[in-house]
Amino acid sequence: MKNIRLGDAFDEMNGLQDGVRKAYHTYQKWLDAISHDRLAEKHQQADLIFRRLGITFSVYGSEEGVERLIPFDVIPRILDAEEWKIVGTGVCQRVRAINAFLDDIYHEQHILKAGRIPANLVLNNPGFRPEVLGLDLPRGVYVHVAGVDVVRVSAEDFYVLEDNARVPSGVSYMLENRETMMKLFPELFAQHSVAPVNHYPEMLLRTLRSVAPPGIIDPTVVVMTPGHFNSAYFEHAFLSMQMGVELVEGQDLFVEDDTVFMRTTSGPRRVDVIYRRIDDDFIDPLSFDANSMLGVPGLLSVVRNGRVSLANAIGTGVADDKAIYCFVPDMIEFYLGEKPILKNVPTFRCAIEDDRGYVVDHLEELVVKEVGGSGGYGMLVGPMSTAEQRSDFRHKILADPDNFIAQPTLNLSTVPTLVDGKIAPRHVDLRPYVLTGETTQVVPGGLTRVALRDGSLVVNSSQGGGTKDTWVLES
Amino acid sequence: MLGRTANNVYWMARYVERAENLARLLASTYHMSLLPAASGNNQLQWEAPLQLAGDREDFITRFGEASPGNVLSYMALDPDNASSIRCSIRLARENARATRPELTTEVWEGINQTYLELEAMSYPKMVDQGFREFFDWVKERSHLFRGAIYGTMRRGDAFTFSRLGTFIERADNTARFLAIKWDMLSPAGRPMAAEDYYRWGALLRAFSAFKAYREVYSGIIEPRRVAELLVLRRDMPRSLFACTGEVNDILLQLRENAACTRLSGQINERLQRNRIDGILRSGLPRFLNGFIARNNELHGMIGQEFMLVL
Repeated sequence: MKNIRLGDAFDEMNGLQDGVRKAYHTYQKWLDAISHDRLAEKHQQADLIFRRLGITFSVYGSEEGVERLIPFDVIPRILDAEEWKIVGTGVCQRVRAINAFLDDIYHEQHILKAGRIPANLVLNNPGFRPEVLGLDLPRGVYVHVAGVDVVRVSAEDFYVLEDNARVPSGVSYMLENRETMMKLFPELFAQHSVAPVNHYPEMLLRTLRSVAPPGIIDPTVVVMTPGHFNSAYFEHAFLSMQMGVELVEGQDLFVEDDTVFMRTTSGPRRVDVIYRRIDDDFIDPLSFDANSMLGVPGLLSVVRNGRVSLANAIGTGVADDKAIYCFVPDMIEFYLGEKPILKNVPTFRCAIEDDRGYVVDHLEELVVKEVGGSGGYGMLVGPMSTAEQRSDFRHKILADPDNFIAQPTLNLSTVPTLVDGKIAPRHVDLRPYVLTGETTQVVPGGLTRVALRDGSLVVNSSQGGGTKDTWVLES
Repeated sequence: MLGRTANNVYWMARYVERAENLARLLASTYHMSLLPAASGNNQLQWEAPLQLAGDREDFITRFGEASPGNVLSYMALDPDNASSIRCSIRLARENARATRPELTTEVWEGINQTYLELEAMSYPKMVDQGFREFFDWVKERSHLFRGAIYGTMRRGDAFTFSRLGTFIERADNTARFLAIKWDMLSPAGRPMAAEDYYRWGALLRAFSAFKAYREVYSGIIEPRRVAELLVLRRDMPRSLFACTGEVNDILLQLRENAACTRLSGQINERLQRNRIDGILRSGLPRFLNGFIARNNELHGMIGQEFMLVL
């Protein structure tokens, strides 16, 4: 590995400075013709729209109750139909394999018996839930909603960074970004044939209804939120509204006669499918974290008896663990008999002595992550780090090697972005949202996150990242 | 609808109504304080808003005297006065946010916009813009809120419980407002003077009732008739009887045999049977205080019946 030079990054509009790429032909002409002042004006209008809609998030660890906007960039990220075909089929393939894997490890555990994945990595994983061993789920689906993080390093090369199989968020931004772009730039949508995404809530509702407990004809679906102080509350409210289902908190639900009910103004009403936006740990204080005020006492036993469905199912965390991640290509071959369409980033598991030795010696080249971490917290980006940060991580890794993995620093692709009134390249990733019920499907595009600081590779909103609308052009 | 959500919608409407009525009281007090004839009485006038809402001791500790500027700042914008207009709107918006999926875009964006503009408001800005303009703005935002609910919400639970919140709160506020002002304004034996005319006129305007008074009663403004208009007339949208009538209609529709519906029927019937002279004989403030207590009892029973508030 050599140290990266960001000047080399593949730009999705300009390639390697070798001419405007196909997907951007029309857009680039439009962009050249519009003044930067006018763009900046549109940018401000977008801010106003988001603020009025109340699309804000709370930042953990900052002042209590502070609501912020996720910065939105008015320059879209554009993929043509062929590019999307690779990404779209690739993420669906991964999610099919992950669902097969989860069904297997909670039943016969063929993959462990075949020695394709070390058993202790699965069975001793904090995300593995022995409570649901042997439990048969409707359609055998565990991950109904996945948000697969994909990055690109060249015209052809897409890598998956994470599979996010627990409670992925951000889809409301995908939808609101599109709404806002259509308000701001109707003329662009007349010139481009952009694949629509607005049917996502409908697809989600169909997905959720399709996994209701057996025998339920007209299932009652709810969205379960930790409450309006949660950073993703806007999204929970948004989805429940778009689907036309109740938004419940733990306190609104109770268990009686092996059934989950919600407390309504006209008495208890039975609930069949819970799209829960709350982690396993907090879902049932009788079975998991006893201090949880967010969950529903007794919920797990109703789940176990197949009388209510949770989406995602309990125990999916084992599949989006960063150590298990290394084995997703094996899962694809083992369960589907297919070749992986998207690449995995080579990953060093610090639990393995040889890997660990390499990692601590090459910290300035690597990205180090906590195995169970998310949101860009607790991460070291080697090439951008100080000697002090590296020494700090060296100690952390040696003290608790099982908790860390490392990957080469990928030179993520860039997309032109409006920064301080000027257009400059900024690194991006892409999170398509994959739904699994009767089938596994994905709406074209997803959420593009952009690292707004010059040279930064961290796109998380909690770390100063922004978002863009993602266009998939219909051929 | 979820019981918790019904509770959120109900309180959202209560807080908006509370903000509006406080703006009405402050606007009226400010207006009266500009009348020269009111001199000598001025200090007392500015105490009235503190009695209606707010914590008088807290105010005295922090501000000292009840000067117009102090009271206006404390009652309109103080983030530490839980009854201020700013806090009421914050709580209204917080309740709206907690039940966002039940609201139409118009209702949510309206209340969110009100909140955002009020957060950007400071005392110097309010002085610069003019107190009257500020209070008019609060009233307008409240009208817009109710109008958006009335014009865009499906006639379901969210609509119903927000209406319930509006009228329970308005009944309470009208009664409190009137109870405080009654003693302060009553000429106590002496004949009505010119200044009294202005004061009672200002009071009527605070309830948007000046024009209605002229329509209903010809002739000069008499305290007795002002009381009748604001307590017993069903056709006056801010009167006690109008509010209890609305509440009772809603509850009859929701659950005819509930305990809260029976209580609301009694409260309503009592106002229907009463005559203003009878009420005045035993003292209007006493009557109003009794009403406030029963209205509050009704609020508690509604919570138990529908919102699982224990």
